[in-house]
Amino acid sequence: MPSSNTIRDQAAIVGIGQTKFSKSLGMSEYEMAVDAIFAACEDAGISPREIDGLVRYDMEQTDEEQLLSVLGNPLLRFFAGTAWGGGGSASVLVVAASAIASGMSETVLVFRSRARGKQSSYGKDPKQGGRYWEKLATSLPGLNQWHVPQGLVSAFQEMAMISMRHRIEYGTTDDHYADVAIAFREHAMRNPHAVMRAPMTREDHHASRMIADPLRLYDCNIETDGAVAFIVTSVERARDLRQPPAVILAGAMAAGSHHIRMSSMFERPWEDESPVRVARQLYEMAGVKPREIGAAFFYDFFTSLVIIGLEQYGFAPRGEGGPFAANGGLSWQGGRLACNTNGGQLSEAFIHGFNNTSEAVRQIRGSSTAQVEGCDLVLVAGGNTDPTGAVILRRL
Amino acid sequence: MAHGSQREQHLTQDLPLPQISRDNAEFYAAAARGELRFQRCTPCRRFRHYPRPACPYCLSRDFTWELSSGRGTVYTWTIVRGPTLPAFQDKLPYNVVDVLLDEGVHFQSEVLDCAPEEIHAGMPVEAVFVPVTDEITLVKFRRQA
Ligand SMILES: [Zn+2]
Repeated sequence: MPSSNTIRDQAAIVGIGQTKFSKSLGMSEYEMAVDAIFAACEDAGISPREIDGLVRYDMEQTDEEQLLSVLGNPLLRFFAGTAWGGGGSASVLVVAASAIASGMSETVLVFRSRARGKQSSYGKDPKQGGRYWEKLATSLPGLNQWHVPQGLVSAFQEMAMISMRHRIEYGTTDDHYADVAIAFREHAMRNPHAVMRAPMTREDHHASRMIADPLRLYDCNIETDGAVAFIVTSVERARDLRQPPAVILAGAMAAGSHHIRMSSMFERPWEDESPVRVARQLYEMAGVKPREIGAAFFYDFFTSLVIIGLEQYGFAPRGEGGPFAANGGLSWQGGRLACNTNGGQLSEAFIHGFNNTSEAVRQIRGSSTAQVEGCDLVLVAGGNTDPTGAVILRRL
Repeated sequence: MAHGSQREQHLTQDLPLPQISRDNAEFYAAAARGELRFQRCTPCRRFRHYPRPACPYCLSRDFTWELSSGRGTVYTWTIVRGPTLPAFQDKLPYNVVDVLLDEGVHFQSEVLDCAPEEIHAGMPVEAVFVPVTDEITLVKFRRQA
């Protein structure tokens, strides 16, 4: 059980920075990372030399050594990574807050840089941008040996099978998927940074190419280049900095079922799914109920996974995420729950969830282009088919 | 910047295959003999797949490799329409299914000789064995007779 010494209210996001988001920026991930990091420092009003902690995403290619030399050789005294790809997109903040709460670090940099545009592949290494799965080896030692040789080669196909099972059990429909895609596109249309800003109708959604049943092109995240960085520091120090802080009210991580172990995913009851385990701890630490959340950010790699996320984080009963999203349910204005008000990874950019976190901070600051009235509490959830984490942010 | 001119596409044309290890060797040796075998916990008698050194239910380290009936039903499925790896390009669109075997384990595979529109949840299927190399035989499925 959680002790009285938790990360509750200990740390805050005080700086956010990003590159442009684009289908192709023609920059290395290293270069984009530095752009975003400098922008986050500028936003916070601190020097890069003040950074003394670093939390990076496990797939991140820009490492401590590379960063040390371009941040002015700061005394980096804490560094860590979070595992599980998209699952770790909010866990980075849990780790950063833990470092600050324990006194191991005072000013933590958290970032993600991705050259993931279709044209951004460089060289043959899976770490050099592009689609990682197009560069899989032909001799598979890991758990992907069980499904890749069968033709299930990429995460989106695995997600398709998870999504299909949700339809089989609960009757989730193409219209529910369209409701998610359209709501997020409408948010993106208000956001000048978003890559996809053309209007989308229900007919457009249904007419888009089927990628892997039941997922169509417009159910999938977009493939973009870009980087996002955050500066996290103690709440005490945050009071004196330039921006209104987004306080990390609570944060939690949990390992449960995972998509690359498709077998074990279906082996366990849904209460043991990673996000369900996260949600229980998160709301307990925060002392809030889902209905008190003003805006939520799901890891929207696919429309269907947002619907499942609504259920896992307690906004809708199991199986009713689709109806919850229906008829503008996720819209910033008049929705049941304002979600991904930047346009999300479906329409703004796909920076492994970090662009959603930036927007969560803007909601707390009151500077979103789809600002939710009275938005005091914001949920940010990591990828919900992996061991994952989530945070709740609040105003100071 | 020379990104554009040096950009390479190293997409393998070869079928990606399992690497034989101490953990999975029994599975693939059995498949090569035309047998579907899973680990089965000695004390609690439950089957498990993928191979692992302890039972996920009772934590026992004791197990044997037991024959499966090879029969089960489609639990969930997708039709891959692309993009996919070049090795699978020629067979697009193709199905991938999660089979819930009668022994209670899930197994990802493909239903052979089945049109995309015919795949459905609950479809009864049975294992068939498709040798790919000297070492590797893939376990596929077909509709139960
Ligand atoms: Zn057992």
